[in-house]
Amino acid sequence: MNKEWIYSETVKKNFFNPRNILLREPKPGEFDAEGMVGNPACGDVMKMWFKIDPKTQRIKKLKWRTFGCASAIASTSMFSQMVAGKGGMKLEDALKITPNDIMKRLGGLPSYKIHCSVLADQAFKMAAENYRKKRKTES
Amino acid sequence: MKRIYLDHAATTCLDSRVKAAMEPFWRKNFGNASSIHKEGCDARNALSLSRKAVASLISASPDEIIFTNGGTESDNLAIFGVANQYKKGRIIASKIEHHAVLNPCEELEKQGFDVTYLNVDRSGIVDLRELKNSLRKDTILISIMYANNEIGAIQPIREIAKIIREFRKQNPNPAFFPFFHTDAVQAAGYLDLNVQRLGVDLMSVNASKIYGPKGIGFLYVRRGVKISPLIFGGGQERGLRPGTENVAGIAGLSKALEISREEQPKESKRLVVLRDYLAGNILEKIPGSVLNGHPTLRLPNNVNVTISSVEGESLVLYLDAQGIACSTGSACTSSSLEPSHVITALGKSEEDAHCSVRFTLGRETQRKDIDYLLEILPEIVEKLRKVSAIT
Repeated sequence: MNKEWIYSETVKKNFFNPRNILLREPKPGEFDAEGMVGNPACGDVMKMWFKIDPKTQRIKKLKWRTFGCASAIASTSMFSQMVAGKGGMKLEDALKITPNDIMKRLGGLPSYKIHCSVLADQAFKMAAENYRKKRKTES
Repeated sequence: MKRIYLDHAATTCLDSRVKAAMEPFWRKNFGNASSIHKEGCDARNALSLSRKAVASLISASPDEIIFTNGGTESDNLAIFGVANQYKKGRIIASKIEHHAVLNPCEELEKQGFDVTYLNVDRSGIVDLRELKNSLRKDTILISIMYANNEIGAIQPIREIAKIIREFRKQNPNPAFFPFFHTDAVQAAGYLDLNVQRLGVDLMSVNASKIYGPKGIGFLYVRRGVKISPLIFGGGQERGLRPGTENVAGIAGLSKALEISREEQPKESKRLVVLRDYLAGNILEKIPGSVLNGHPTLRLPNNVNVTISSVEGESLVLYLDAQGIACSTGSACTSSSLEPSHVITALGKSEEDAHCSVRFTLGRETQRKDIDYLLEILPEIVEKLRKVSAIT
């Protein structure tokens, strides 16, 4: 835990050049699921989308967009690379990623900013939940 | 990269003339002002000269100046000092006070004091009628800041003092309360500090916002106003703030106040032009931007805007990366996630509060600096709006 008001180089890199951000509305059928958490009044909203490769069952694409602070942007950028990078993770493995894992990869966050890394986690869980529901109704 | 510092409400650099005025007190004239030998006498004389200078700059008497370690301590000494003296009663403060006033008030609430928090109007000015109606016979203290640190709103201090004086006349009591304290930390560089004209009983001032050193300030305590000390030790500062005096800091504070009083009329005029140029151009160039606070009853160096859908901290970090230092509201709250209590007190939403950013100009700010900011700001806003487009 970083007690000082300082962002690590990794946080800054991910904040200034966020990866996997979706700056437009998704096209129909582009993703398998969408999740959204937060409340603009609290200063943080997170939307997340993912696409699962039907053959490998791995997450091949994960995109997001947030109205959030630097910590939320950096955390989600990092999370998206962990989940969809290197061929992608399986959904059940990706669900095991904790905010603490994200924080470690970022080289720490100021203590009062930890909840910002939770946004990515929550939006992803919401999307996963929606994905499961959709699969149920389809089958 | 050239840095452009637009966060003078957070702190200012040390004026080189102030630094020179402090120089003798590190190695040459280092004595303890309480010692009886020559070194001590030299320090005591310097201290006394500084106290006289500070007092005369605000039209007070030297014995009405209590040196402290800064604005927060001065505010605490004023509020707890009065509260501890009278043990019970009612306190009135505005909703947009600095945390150095609000948090002591909240602490006193826990201790059984009644605190009334006054509303401000949409432009951040206290409602005098509400103040008048809030005064009670057991009101011991009213604390209303001279100028707000986030939005620069200037309060009608003389009118407030008049209301309190009249209330005192009509409700006489042996202690002559209620007393009127003002936090003048942000105002000190720009507004009238004559305590006779202002009519205040207690006033906090800090050196580090007026190109003086950090860690030194003073509380003006009008003769006849009894306060209790917060710390105990030797008898320094009439026993109200014991501890070996920071003679170098006090000399610096005195010099900084002298310079800022001297340059204030011209500097205020210069900054008002730059302030209005910056604010006007932001509102014109950036759709969805609004000025927070009063358009004219505001500090000459303060621009605070809400830029819709642009999260404040992100904007600050992007500007920082391009050489500009500014802040979201108050530097003191940037480490908390709470939306600014000042912006929400204006009747704005929490979302608006999260999207506010403050630019505070200073002595070295030039028009070309503002032009550079105005050149890069629209691009950054556009970029951040894309990232944060949540509907």
